[in-house]
Amino acid sequence: MSEPILSLRGISKSYGPLQVLRDVDFDVHAGEVVALLGENGAGKSTLSGIIAGSRPASGGTMTWLGQPYAPASPRDAIDRGLVLIHQEMKLLPELTIAENVFIGRWPRRNGRVDRATMVRRAQEQLARLNLRLPATRKVQGLSTAQQQLVEIAKALALDAKLLILDEPTAALGGAETEALFEQVRKLRAEGVGIVYISHRMEEIRRITDRIVVLRDGERVAEFADSATPVRTVVESMVGRSLDRMFPSVPRPGSRVVLEVRDLTGANGAFEKVSFSVAEGEILGIAGLVGAGRTELVRAIAGADPVSDGTIWLDGHELNLKSPADAIAEGIVMVPEDRKLQGVVVDHPIDENIIYANLDKVGRGGWITRATVRSFADGAIKRFGVKGRAGQPASSLSGGNQQKVVIAKWLARGPRVVILDEPTRGIDVGARSGIYDIIVGLAAQGVAVIVVSSDLEEVLGISNRIVVLAQGRQAGILDRDEANDVSVMELATI
Amino acid sequence: MPAAVTERKRTGGDLLALIGGGTGPLVGLILLCVFLSFSTTTFLSVRNALNILDQITVLGIMAAGMSFVILTGGIDLSVGSVLALAMMVMGWLANVVGLPLPLSVLAALVASGLCGLVSGLFITAFKVPPFIATLAMMSIARGLANMITDGQQIVGFPDWFMSLAIERQFGVLTATVALMLGVIALSWLFLRYRAGGRMVYAVGGSPEVARLAGIDVRYVTVSVYVLAAVLAGLAGIVLAARLDSVQPSSGLGYELDTIAAVVIGGTSLSGGAGSIGGTLIGILIIGVLRNGLNLLNVSPFLQQVIIGVVIALAVAAETFRRK
Repeated sequence: MSEPILSLRGISKSYGPLQVLRDVDFDVHAGEVVALLGENGAGKSTLSGIIAGSRPASGGTMTWLGQPYAPASPRDAIDRGLVLIHQEMKLLPELTIAENVFIGRWPRRNGRVDRATMVRRAQEQLARLNLRLPATRKVQGLSTAQQQLVEIAKALALDAKLLILDEPTAALGGAETEALFEQVRKLRAEGVGIVYISHRMEEIRRITDRIVVLRDGERVAEFADSATPVRTVVESMVGRSLDRMFPSVPRPGSRVVLEVRDLTGANGAFEKVSFSVAEGEILGIAGLVGAGRTELVRAIAGADPVSDGTIWLDGHELNLKSPADAIAEGIVMVPEDRKLQGVVVDHPIDENIIYANLDKVGRGGWITRATVRSFADGAIKRFGVKGRAGQPASSLSGGNQQKVVIAKWLARGPRVVILDEPTRGIDVGARSGIYDIIVGLAAQGVAVIVVSSDLEEVLGISNRIVVLAQGRQAGILDRDEANDVSVMELATI
Repeated sequence: MPAAVTERKRTGGDLLALIGGGTGPLVGLILLCVFLSFSTTTFLSVRNALNILDQITVLGIMAAGMSFVILTGGIDLSVGSVLALAMMVMGWLANVVGLPLPLSVLAALVASGLCGLVSGLFITAFKVPPFIATLAMMSIARGLANMITDGQQIVGFPDWFMSLAIERQFGVLTATVALMLGVIALSWLFLRYRAGGRMVYAVGGSPEVARLAGIDVRYVTVSVYVLAAVLAGLAGIVLAARLDSVQPSSGLGYELDTIAAVVIGGTSLSGGAGSIGGTLIGILIIGVLRNGLNLLNVSPFLQQVIIGVVIALAVAAETFRRK
């Protein structure tokens, strides 16, 4: 292969005594997609930040297009054609697509923004990405996938020769992911070098040419062939051999715990959904983004209103007006967005656990720090949360935060536990811990509902799978008849 | 995992600040007292200390209520106007209608509570931002206060009423100062040791997390506005006792002093972090500063400038420390 466009040699980074990157070598060639893999904290973000100029390296050298390269700021990196596209998008919703694409560097004429040129040039970039939208449209109301593509258009308008995509598909559904991949392939054919950061092994196998693995700040492995078995790659990430990703799923009981009949959401996100969950059963809910999965389970948890249909628990009909009603019936939910819905990130772990149990702790409503702490300590130990009771939730890793969210419910002895995207943003090594908890719940006879965009996950831990497509129930598959093909067939009806 | 190492830097100290009250404002208060003790001959005396307590009763009672509102992530701009409305309702009922004074006081508190209820319902049911809902109530309550007597003041209450603010029981505390200390103590107990107090923090930390955890966010929100308004009304009664008169222009700008006391005490305007302990320190800083500047013969105009600077510095220091 030709000379690399970007070449890193011996890059190190430390914060005080803490070394987060150690002697990392990393190359990217023109027209190549390189996967950068590693668990959370392995140094991926630090490394991409160094390349994109948002933080300086403590040691080592970089070469960009044959020249020594040491960007002073993100702006400097962008000017030279290296652009990092963040996981959280930074588009301004009230501005038009064109204004966003050229943000901060609007083409000018006579000291005024030259709108005609701006719109024309933005439209060219959109065309390059096959995005059929008028550049004069506001960003507000675009789908997540479209916004992601606008971000990429923004990078292309800057004439980027190297793109770093940080978890670009985290919020995308199957079809949207496909559309994004098509564009990535197109850019690769145009000679753009792409660094692709993701947790999803399936995507990495499909879209990348080469895999570089970081662990604890060091480059531990490189796989020249992206067809390397997933297990081999994951094992190099976590630094130990994986016996299994998914625990064996217990056989459910026969008594139905939860049943929904013809459930229809008030906002029209889902229609006439009917299914039941038995004691000790794990029911998966699969479907593309926008299929109405989250809306469905939020309705069952009392968080959103329904316009029609009924929810039954142990044979009696429920009338849920709020999450508090559902919780009183023993239906609890681990919500989709951990940081916005699951935990108060600035508050301590034990306080977070208490918030769901205020009626159970203390005598006559009196609570002391000591009661809070002892109540929470039990849960923290039981779920192996790596942290102390008084530590703010923000200082925990995603996996441990998720365990806190789960822990706060289980003290109540729930009948039904709903988990919406339980492992989103959690690294591969920590996922099996969450799966163990889920299976443990089922083993105790709890009816469990798991919503997930990760097909492998739904297939791996569900007894049965409900597939939603555009708000309608496309089918229910038993564990032995469900595979990625049968689920996707139903999901894309 | 290195992630765990890097992320485990924040520890117990922050927690104390979160639940118990910041140490920064306390240090500031102590430094201020030390400075004034050396720069004036009159500051450091029991008599002056009791004077300061008398001077901060109205602010202290209002700030306790405001702490609850700000802890939920809200704001109440109407407290100064509600204070005036409570004063006028009480004065009019007692001196014009001729009701017994205790009954008039009760009616005044109910009127204030209604103001808070209306603000709270607008905020929860119609999703009006607290800033706007209470800005509207600020205007409404002030207008009502003026309408009662067409802008006139009412003077002259029974002697026992005035003595509540003047007579020092056992030579130490006036009834009104005791009332303020009681309000603060009860607020502290509630926020620290009651399940309801935890709900206030949870709602301020994240209303959505709180709702999904089964907390009745609307009930908590309406409650804090009712509480803040009732306490503003109570502060109005105290002010009436101190002045032996009521006038509809009372309490202009008090909402700003109240918010300042809460914020200087380290309570976050975004909600979920802070404490009554901090608010008490904030009230004392404002009280001591006013008192000290008077003792130093600083002009009232310069005092305003100095208090503004203190607010800015206190909040900047707190933000810096939290980083």
